[in-house]
Amino acid sequence: MVNAGDTAWVLVSSALVLLMTPGLAFFYGGMVRKKNMLSVLMQCFIIMCVLSIQWVLFGYSLSFAPGKGFWGGFGWAGLAGVGLEPYADYAAAIPHQAFMIFQAMFAIITPALIIGAFAERMKFSAFLLFTLLWATFVYDPLCHWVWGIGGWLRNLGALDFAGGTVVHINAGIAALVTALVIGRRKNLDSNIPAPHNLPFVVLGTGLLWFGWFGFNAGSALAANGLAVNAFVVTNTAAAAAGLSWAVIEWMRNGKPTIFGTASGAVAGLVAITPAAGFVSVIPAIIIGILVSVFCFTAVTVIKPKLGYDDSLDAFGVHCVGGLWGALATGLFASKAVNPAGADGLFFGNPKQFLIQLTAVSATLIYTFVATAVIYKLVNLLIGVRVNEKEELMGLDLTQHRERAYTVLE
Amino acid sequence: MKLIIAIIQPYKLEEVKEELYKQEVNLITVSEVLGHGRQKGITEVYRGAKETGNLLRKVRLEIAVNENFVEPTIKAIIKGAKTGETGDGKIFVLDLKECIRIRTEERGSVAIG
Repeated sequence: MVNAGDTAWVLVSSALVLLMTPGLAFFYGGMVRKKNMLSVLMQCFIIMCVLSIQWVLFGYSLSFAPGKGFWGGFGWAGLAGVGLEPYADYAAAIPHQAFMIFQAMFAIITPALIIGAFAERMKFSAFLLFTLLWATFVYDPLCHWVWGIGGWLRNLGALDFAGGTVVHINAGIAALVTALVIGRRKNLDSNIPAPHNLPFVVLGTGLLWFGWFGFNAGSALAANGLAVNAFVVTNTAAAAAGLSWAVIEWMRNGKPTIFGTASGAVAGLVAITPAAGFVSVIPAIIIGILVSVFCFTAVTVIKPKLGYDDSLDAFGVHCVGGLWGALATGLFASKAVNPAGADGLFFGNPKQFLIQLTAVSATLIYTFVATAVIYKLVNLLIGVRVNEKEELMGLDLTQHRERAYTVLE
Repeated sequence: MKLIIAIIQPYKLEEVKEELYKQEVNLITVSEVLGHGRQKGITEVYRGAKETGNLLRKVRLEIAVNENFVEPTIKAIIKGAKTGETGDGKIFVLDLKECIRIRTEERGSVAIG
């Protein structure tokens, strides 16, 4: 039976999650130099176009068609059999297509997150091919393992409420791989690039925070108490993490920055994602405070020490924050919040922590290897990196023949 | 004392700066400007960038130097900015009448470096 309230909430949530991708575009776009602003917006925007089509043609089928194999197969390709009646194994009270389109928005934003790692130096053609292959051979199978009927991590009992593993750890580790293989940007040591528009970073963060209510509270797939819990802990964790990052900066560098506070809020949203439907508000505060400690360390200490150029910290925020969130779910999950979930380590069930660890490790290993293979393949076929002159002139002009800003007028 | 003004391709700025540092020319003012020379807006670099009309983006450097630094500075700019294609830019060398360091009110050669 289709429930009107549930359906309305899931459709609204789908629209909210879609808005996160342009939000991310401004979050990332503000961080790059002005000669690359449009390239980031374009990469995010074209993903909305390409993956929306991929998803209805075969992506949804590969991810969610029932099956115990590597992925779900092509049984639901072209949305065959995915109609307006509910499919009870996923969501009993909303049309199957409402579930499908909600999931489409996750499939769109995940590859967009990786952009942060290779920003300012990837060829647009290579980007398109890489993204399509990555969505098909990394996102879709992983999504099936964790959320699909018959997926092995789902059967194992791994908890991932709204995509900590599937979205954030997945995109975050892929980001590290691409940053490592594409190499550092030119002149990085003599001329550390400053973000060209911090107000855009803040605008993007605001849109992400707003959209994340759809991401997490929408993942209840119903307009119910669980959705409210997810909404409340999402807001709380984002707030705690933003505050925490500001305090860390204040103590370490003498001044709190808006860039840091915004980064912290995003890290908090990442970390609460897998936990949103399983934890209550005090653990949400702890998750939020600590995620900024971990991500701040990754971004300001570990990255410079190891020397990889994760331009906009896709790994440092999404993978590190996602890892903490997934493991924290294994610590703080409570059946008192969600009877359909499980208790975590702190509620007397250490086994859940091990299950979370298994899911995280499987994701890290599979995505690391598969992303590297896809990158090498694309590099072999068409070459991934722009040449030196194009990089110095900027991707806006050399990849799109457009500029974000004029000088006069 | 001379004032050296150079108009170069924006993407060559980093290389020019590097070459100048090698010659120990560290004091430099940089601005983003629009203009065109012989190529009238159709270098390979900017083709299709219709919104700027035939005015192209360039970077303008201003460097005040003492006589013994004039040639090294010119050579450094050429080394960093030259590609051999139209649009590489120009260097102007002007006599500089006076130079005053505001902080100390020193004047002349001593105020330049």
